Amino acid sequence: MPIPAVDTRALTRRFGSLTAVDSLTLSVESGEIFGLLGPNGAGKTTAIKMLVTLLPPTSGNATVAGSDIVRQQVAVRHAIGYVPQMLSADGTLTGYENLLIFAKLYDVPRSERVGRVRDALGFMGLDGAADRLVRGYSGGMIRRLEIAEAMLHHPRVLFLDEPTIGLDPVARQAVWEHISRFRADWETTVILTTHYMEEADALCDRVAIMHLGRVVASGSPAALKGSIGKENATLNEVFAHYTGDILESGGTYRDTRRTRRTARRVG
Amino acid sequence: MTQEERVAQHAGSVSLLRRGWRLPFAAAGQFVLKALVIAELEARKLRHDPSELLTRAVQPALWLLVFGQVFTHIRAIPTGDLPYLDFMAPGILAQSVLFIAIFYGITIIWERDLGIVHKFLVTPTPRAAIVTGKALSAGVRGLSQAVIVYALAAGLGVKIEWNPLALLGVIAIVILGAALFSTFSLIVACLVKTRERFMGIGQVMTMPLFFASNAIYPIAIMPGWLRVIARGNPLTYEVDALRALMLSGGSSTYGLGLDFAVLVVATALLILIAGHLYSKVAI
Ligand SMILES: Nc1ncnc2c1ncn2[C@@H]1O[C@H](COP(=O)(O)OP(=O)(O)O)[C@@H](O)[C@H]1O
Ligand SMILES: [Mg+2]
Repeated sequence: MPIPAVDTRALTRRFGSLTAVDSLTLSVESGEIFGLLGPNGAGKTTAIKMLVTLLPPTSGNATVAGSDIVRQQVAVRHAIGYVPQMLSADGTLTGYENLLIFAKLYDVPRSERVGRVRDALGFMGLDGAADRLVRGYSGGMIRRLEIAEAMLHHPRVLFLDEPTIGLDPVARQAVWEHISRFRADWETTVILTTHYMEEADALCDRVAIMHLGRVVASGSPAALKGSIGKENATLNEVFAHYTGDILESGGTYRDTRRTRRTARRVG
Repeated sequence: MTQEERVAQHAGSVSLLRRGWRLPFAAAGQFVLKALVIAELEARKLRHDPSELLTRAVQPALWLLVFGQVFTHIRAIPTGDLPYLDFMAPGILAQSVLFIAIFYGITIIWERDLGIVHKFLVTPTPRAAIVTGKALSAGVRGLSQAVIVYALAAGLGVKIEWNPLALLGVIAIVILGAALFSTFSLIVACLVKTRERFMGIGQVMTMPLFFASNAIYPIAIMPGWLRVIARGNPLTYEVDALRALMLSGGSSTYGLGLDFAVLVVATALLILIAGHLYSKVAI
């Protein structure tokens, strides 16, 4: 049996009295695009941070690409790519420099470095902007640069935390296409979080819906929609069905700006 | 055990032994390489925007031109055979390196808020190597200050020692001094966590470090309690070494060996602590 890309057992993280992630148990197969879905505060970022070794779990355990996230952190770090929720490319460097530095940090062999950086820039449609300071990039370009950065070392598992937060619909569409193509070309497992239902619907093979730190439902988008016994249900309705809550999604320009600011603050 | 088996076993243990020897070297090599990548990153940033280095020239210029000239004139501070300006020039070099290093930690808070720290931390880079790279790049900034202070001091008639070995010594001390105080600053940043608190504490830290040292007056004229503090202040040893290396005919009070040892040990200790704290910044 192939080793799952991600396997968690009762993974839990508390902050004081708050349980941000409550006994998360899930298994993601190699090559899947898996979505963690839920509103702000559901615990998605906390779960991702534990899986990428940034945050020690309070209890439970997990493996990523077969390595334990607490005891084999270096092996996990070699196997993963990670794009944090915040737009985090270094604005005072060019796109090319951002990638070059990470190629070095990820031990990409010297002879392949420049080639991989150029390929990644090309793949993400950023050749033209490579030598400009990232400060002048649009949000969508920064996101694509960050995804390029996270795939330089051909990771087996790629973690994307809210990859399209704060992007306009066109930029969001472009990021979706790149993620799909990336998975197809590299057979990388992709784990992403989102609070946009359309995003999960468009991209993910399977999703787990999180609410207040717990998974309330999981399965393929189609199966979840089928499970609530309503024809042509949207994932929004699925969410409402399982949580009794309304999930705001989409939203006005003002909302997006606000999410983007919160995104910068929290993460 | 047959002869062959014995030979094979022996060969095995030899190669194990060799590997055992090589492992620490390989790890140390990796550590240095990664630290240099981080330093390269900072150097590239500086190259895109070197204006920071120029604005930093104003403060040492004021100290040397105004304070230095005036105090040389009134002979208020006993500095033996050295003119006061010569006495203070190494002190002002140490000071400007200190000022550039002591606020360096704020970049960590920034990078945390931007998510940049998170991305460094998920790479297989050892934490202490990241911190060492940052310390080295503070050293590069410090060297730019050294160039400015040397130019000012030479212009004002300070008798500079141009012996290449002495210059190399100054480079080493400046990098060490910058590394030491920037890492200290990083530790403070990791502990206080917000920009506002850090800026407040930065202001409060700088002046005592500067005044409780031999930078602009000899320790001998200090009251007893201040003398004790100054002797524990690493800046004193940095200034002491710079006075010996920068000035023609300069001499060190504590001995260059002790000066270097204090700076190296303190820096190494701080890097260990900072590496530990840095990995918790992203939580
Ligand atoms: N470092 C932290 N300290 C205290 N509480 C935190 C911290 N990080 C997250 N939380 C809390 O944990 C909960 C889950 O947050 P998060 O994982 O960021 O959710 P999401 O990414 O789904 O929006 C929230 O209530 C948040 O306030
Ligand atoms: Mg989040």
